[in-house]
Amino acid sequence: MNRIFPHPLLMIFLIIMWLLLTHFSLGQLIVGSAIAFIAVQGMAALQPDKPRLKRWDLLLKLTGIVLYDIVRSNIAVARIILQGGKRARKSGFMTIPLDLRDSTGLAALAVIITSTPGTAWLDYNAARGTLLLHVFDLVDETVWLDLIKNRYEYLLREIFE
Amino acid sequence: MNHFDDLPLWAACLIAAFLFIGSGLTLIGSFGLHRLRSFYDRIHAPTLGTSWGTAAIVLASITCFSMLQSRPVFHEILIGIFVTLTTPVTLMLLGRAALYRDRVENNPGVPALDPPEGILDQSSQTDKSESAQQDDGKPE
Repeated sequence: MNRIFPHPLLMIFLIIMWLLLTHFSLGQLIVGSAIAFIAVQGMAALQPDKPRLKRWDLLLKLTGIVLYDIVRSNIAVARIILQGGKRARKSGFMTIPLDLRDSTGLAALAVIITSTPGTAWLDYNAARGTLLLHVFDLVDETVWLDLIKNRYEYLLREIFE
Repeated sequence: MNHFDDLPLWAACLIAAFLFIGSGLTLIGSFGLHRLRSFYDRIHAPTLGTSWGTAAIVLASITCFSMLQSRPVFHEILIGIFVTLTTPVTLMLLGRAALYRDRVENNPGVPALDPPEGILDQSSQTDKSESAQQDDGKPE
């Protein structure tokens, strides 16, 4: 089973993607499944680390939190840009020590931090486990530290580690 | 006159609102890219366009074509997924390149490259042991 279908999730995702791009029909399902099957064999040949999702329920919760935060920070950043120089704004770098080590979890954190306007992931030091962030509106470092550590990293560790 | 007449009023209003939000955010993002002064500030502005700018336009497109074709049309969601997944790659590449340049040029306001404890010794040790292995096949 594992030999023939090494990455079942990826395969399902590829079939869904194929069906979305074409029209739903039995023929397209067969073609899509064949392509997904070949693509998954290629992926298995690369031997990537297999991500292990432990808590599916928390994944949904995290998605909700992230979508909400993206809306909120979109409004915040748009307001700052429109206000222009009227308000004193301080942007700056900050270093955050991370306890998350799982590579898939780190990738997910990178996507979250990048998609959220106002924070940019710049550098990750794998030896020390520190992350260098650039924050657009750095009023209080502890607020951002709390946001990354307790809001995202905690959930990501629950999900992936 | 055209097939957009088939759209009910509420759908047209919803689509227009989504389009307005999406294009407005993207415009603000581009404006910020033009107006902000430092590179690191500038990388924040276009994320408006890649997050809710894209999402709102995708939602407008899904609503519009699902209504017009009387069946759910969802393939636009792939645009959102791929934009979200690929943005970090570009952004990290640009950010790290700028950081590297600023550190090499010793520009002020950039955090120094903190030498991680033990990492330098470690790498020199592995170099040594590797060369030793090559020389006589025996690690020290």
